[in-house]
Amino acid sequence: MSSFSSSQVLQELTVSGLSVGYHGQAVVHNVSFDLTAGQIGCLLGPSGCGKSTLLRAIAGFESVLSGSISLNGEVISSVDYWLPPEQRQIGMVFQDIALFPHLTIMENIAFGLKGMTKSATKARVDELLELIGLVGYEMRYPHSLSGGQQQRVALARAMAPKPKLLLMDEPFSGLDAKLREELVPDVRQILKHEGMSAILVTHDQMEAFAMADVIAVMEAGEIHQYGTPYQIYHRPESRFTARFVGQGDFLSAVVCDYHCLESDLGRIRGVLSDELAIGTEVDLLVRPDDVIHDDASEFKGLVMSKWFRGSHFLYRVKLSSGLVVYCFASSHHNHAIGQEIGINIELDHLVVFTK
Amino acid sequence: MTFQWSALSSFSSPARASHVVLAASILGASMAASAAEEVNVYSARKEALIKPMLDRFTTDTGINVNLVTGSADALLRRLQVEGSASPADVFITVDAGRLYRAKKAGVLQPIQDAELESTIPANLKDSDDYWFGLSQRARVIFYNPKKVDASEFSTYEGLADAKWKGRICVRSSSNIYNQSLVASMIDADGKEATSKWLKGFVANFARPPFGGDTDLLKAVAAGVCDVTLANTYYFGRMGNSDKAKDQAVFNSLAIFWPNQAQGQRGAHVNVSGAGVTASAEHKENAVKLIRFLTSHEAQEWYAEVNNEYPVVKGIEPPKVLQNFGTFKADSLSLSVLGDNNRFAVELMDEAGWK
Amino acid sequence: MSKQKIAQTQAPFAWLKWLTMAIAVVLALPVLVVVANVFAGSDGVWAHLWRTVLADYVSNSLLLMVGVAVGVLLIGVPVAWLTSVCRFPGSSFLSWALLLPLAMPAYIIAYTYTGLLDFAGPVQETIRALSGLGYGEYWFFEIRSLGGAVIMLSLVLYPYVYLMSRAAFLEQSANTLEVSRTLGYSNLSAFFRLALPLARPAIIAGLTLAMMEVLADYGTVQYFGVATFTTGIMRTFYGFGDLAGASQLAGVLLLFVCVLIFTERYSRRKLRYHASGLRKASQRELVLSGWRGVVACGFCCLPVLFGFLLPAGVLLYWSLFEAEPLTWDFLLLAWHSFYLAFLAALIVVALALVLSYALRLHPSRSVSSAVASAGVGYALPGTIIAIGVIVPLAWLDHRLIEVVKEVTGDNIGLLFSGTIVALLFAYAVRFMAVSLGAVQSGLGKIKPSMDMAARSLGLTPLQVLKRVHFPLLKGSVLTALLIVFVDVLKELPATLILRPFNFNTLAVRAFELASDERLVDAAPASIMIVLVGLIPVVLLNRSISKHH
Repeated sequence: MSSFSSSQVLQELTVSGLSVGYHGQAVVHNVSFDLTAGQIGCLLGPSGCGKSTLLRAIAGFESVLSGSISLNGEVISSVDYWLPPEQRQIGMVFQDIALFPHLTIMENIAFGLKGMTKSATKARVDELLELIGLVGYEMRYPHSLSGGQQQRVALARAMAPKPKLLLMDEPFSGLDAKLREELVPDVRQILKHEGMSAILVTHDQMEAFAMADVIAVMEAGEIHQYGTPYQIYHRPESRFTARFVGQGDFLSAVVCDYHCLESDLGRIRGVLSDELAIGTEVDLLVRPDDVIHDDASEFKGLVMSKWFRGSHFLYRVKLSSGLVVYCFASSHHNHAIGQEIGINIELDHLVVFTK
Repeated sequence: MTFQWSALSSFSSPARASHVVLAASILGASMAASAAEEVNVYSARKEALIKPMLDRFTTDTGINVNLVTGSADALLRRLQVEGSASPADVFITVDAGRLYRAKKAGVLQPIQDAELESTIPANLKDSDDYWFGLSQRARVIFYNPKKVDASEFSTYEGLADAKWKGRICVRSSSNIYNQSLVASMIDADGKEATSKWLKGFVANFARPPFGGDTDLLKAVAAGVCDVTLANTYYFGRMGNSDKAKDQAVFNSLAIFWPNQAQGQRGAHVNVSGAGVTASAEHKENAVKLIRFLTSHEAQEWYAEVNNEYPVVKGIEPPKVLQNFGTFKADSLSLSVLGDNNRFAVELMDEAGWK
Repeated sequence: MSKQKIAQTQAPFAWLKWLTMAIAVVLALPVLVVVANVFAGSDGVWAHLWRTVLADYVSNSLLLMVGVAVGVLLIGVPVAWLTSVCRFPGSSFLSWALLLPLAMPAYIIAYTYTGLLDFAGPVQETIRALSGLGYGEYWFFEIRSLGGAVIMLSLVLYPYVYLMSRAAFLEQSANTLEVSRTLGYSNLSAFFRLALPLARPAIIAGLTLAMMEVLADYGTVQYFGVATFTTGIMRTFYGFGDLAGASQLAGVLLLFVCVLIFTERYSRRKLRYHASGLRKASQRELVLSGWRGVVACGFCCLPVLFGFLLPAGVLLYWSLFEAEPLTWDFLLLAWHSFYLAFLAALIVVALALVLSYALRLHPSRSVSSAVASAGVGYALPGTIIAIGVIVPLAWLDHRLIEVVKEVTGDNIGLLFSGTIVALLFAYAVRFMAVSLGAVQSGLGKIKPSMDMAARSLGLTPLQVLKRVHFPLLKGSVLTALLIVFVDVLKELPATLILRPFNFNTLAVRAFELASDERLVDAAPASIMIVLVGLIPVVLLNRSISKHH
């Protein structure tokens, strides 16, 4: 497995060749990646892919079968060494929030602050309360707060001791969609404001896109791809990544020359991601925004279902060849289900996978 | 008041001793020797019915008595398991059958003592001197004279007669007094006859067995049934009570001594008794205690306070029972009760005596 | 920042696992002693029992269990729901008053009601006096019966169901109630369709405790003349002098218990006790006013009245006006009872904490079965446990005697048998289940993520224990302490058999007098048990209400 390195500047976190597991059975296999200071990374993958285990290993809650984890160039986990979680200066936010029910909001946030004067503690708590927009809640108890408020307190609690790295394990999954939409950009802003490196674990791509600078797509204990959200979406390196991130369909095609594919939707020109011999049978990734509604097109399909999205419609269109694709159309192109519409493919970078 | 405080001090020391024992076990220190003279008693006789006597013994002899009370079989089991290291010196029970079991279990030792030999009649002690009777009680018939005439009674066996159908109350067959009575009948009449008798007897029950002897006496007085079996001292206790309710019950009942006719075996009696344990460390004191309990003073106390019949000849029975006259007691060897107890329970089970 | 080499980060505190195994073996030893008798010969007592009374034992035990189960559910669940979700006149007072019967030993409430309702009691006497009828010419409930035993046991055992299900109802978000109402359910059907199924694991946990108490009960059924499995065990032991046969019956009883425990585990297998992280800001209470409030109040008053006030009143009356006057040694009895119960509570709960933590840190099959086996003794009659306790203790004593004799030549005598060590051992065997239940449910509420959060905030495991677990667990540990305290206070048969010389407790005194058919004289000791037991019940309530 190749090593993913986003840049050559100071690496806050380096994970190399890491395997993690229970009773000798690896759940995470030979994983490597780096995180630069101040960057927000994301482990994105379906449930059971090992992303939470990897996160817990970084926090120090899982033992390492092979490889190592380093923070600021110092090894904190390897087969031989294990720095207890409390000495790692790594903060963590949990899916189930895990605020201490017996402590007030203020006491919760101040929980990890040690060796500080009373006034310094108060100043830090006030600063964080302001940051999370909960000034005036310091004497309340967690159960009297809403879910979103509780999660913000959990974030403030984890950030209070200024950890070198903040880990967030599905922190938004317990919240309703509306709250999540509000909270995600808030959290990103707070992290950026504090200049804190962080890793988010999620199975929700929209959350990953909204939050992360770099995303690692994981499946079955391995990292499929590590890159910016743009790269992950537009330059997926595996069928899994292509399918898991964003909507899309695979169109059967044959390479007809180095910049051209032959398919049911005619010749498609663009830059091929790999050099492939002419005549190679491939699957072309087609995203909904690559399929253009064009009444003048020679390629027609039947509208099977449609979703109104305000600025545009998303259509599911069935071609005569039997292929079904998504298609975006501007919202004044209102077609009824069962109606025939014309479509065209517009691509400049061709993401293909050989059959 | 002095009595209570002395009780208090004698209570508290072993509690502390158990802590000392704990500490000693850690230090490996020896706890064997104890300065004061003492004797340790496992008693199936309830504390209230024996403690005053034991206190008297302490006052008389200066020997401290340490007491644990409990059910006879559990205490016997404790004796067996503790074996040679058991601290108990004396084992007291309220029926001969349990003493017999203790003898068979090998936890008692024979005591050849001339004084005990001469004061206790042969049928009220073990033939090999493993145990000695301390007091006797008879289990006899009580009835409501308004509903039953004394002439209708004759023997225990007669209670199986169909004329008593729906008129008899008894307590559970789990009760040792009932078991002993049936055990004595097995000895007198044989298993088969007893089994047949039990079936007839059970068929005469007015209601399912319940309560204790006192409850049964009250039941007869209240008219729940006409006849019951009870130990004499429960009746005596009611007669001695200063409560009007108890007096009313006492006055509305009459006693019948069964099996008194010429050639019949007499009323069923059982004893409370005591034996010296095989492991007794204070054997001399143990014998002294048993002698004391069969002394004139103790025998009279039993009679007066607990309304039991003395085992020692020549001592008057309790006043409240004297009014009911003398009676002939079954003279079977009480060891037989121990032998037959199991069969008795089996037969009672089979007859459906709950 | 020091780096440390660690062999196994997966298994911190591995010693805890071994300690747990050791504790489980020691606590299971008396039970094993009993079970071992299954292979001993028993003079064909089985054939006899089979032919005659076994069917009665089994059917009576089952009827008793079913009856008491229905009883405790019918009382415990509705009052728990009413006092946790609704507000009505007296509801806050009743929420703790409903715990009072916990202080009332079953055998004592049985004595009391018998004295009251028997044919010779004041109630029937009054009926006879007023009507001029004789006994048998009018119908009256026969208290000494299976039905009577069901009622007596239900009255004192419902608090287990009440305690557990109340905690569950309090934890249910008020949202569930509101959501169900928007879906068109009335409050009542919301109770049946939502609240009840959600609280089911807690209700079953409480019911299991009650059922184990029913199986172990000897005093009540014996007094009422109801032949159950437990009275059968005693009868085989006492009547036949056949301990092996009695142990075999006890072995069958253990089977019952295993089925019970298994059912309980199975019922909550899917539902975890961890409270949801997202709780509604404030519990909204359902206000019952007018006749609804009166009905709710009346319904909740009944168990308090019949389970506590009436019997306690009768005991108090007997104590003050009819029993022999109190003597000084009563203080000593009370002190013995108190310190024994206190010491036992400390030990049993400490052990339960060790077991519960071992299970939390090592949730393996072996540890969980060790923990489960440590609690089996709860359903065995105290007498059987006592017999099981003296055997290994005496063995140990004899080995010690041999060793010391070998080394020093002295005879040290019995160090454990016949001391309070034996008593405490028996209590640990008997009451571990209750203590474990309370501690585990408390520990279950501390989510594993809270531990991790605390550690990632710089706390060592010990500091996590001190700053997170201790404050959060305090309530449950207190609950466990108090329940064990009350249970030991009431415990009779094991105390009777195992106690040291000259060591009496209130329960022993009450029993000796009552079994000598001096019910009235037993009243002062009985009322003292109730009063001493009342202290923790009041404390228990305070800790519970503080908790929520």
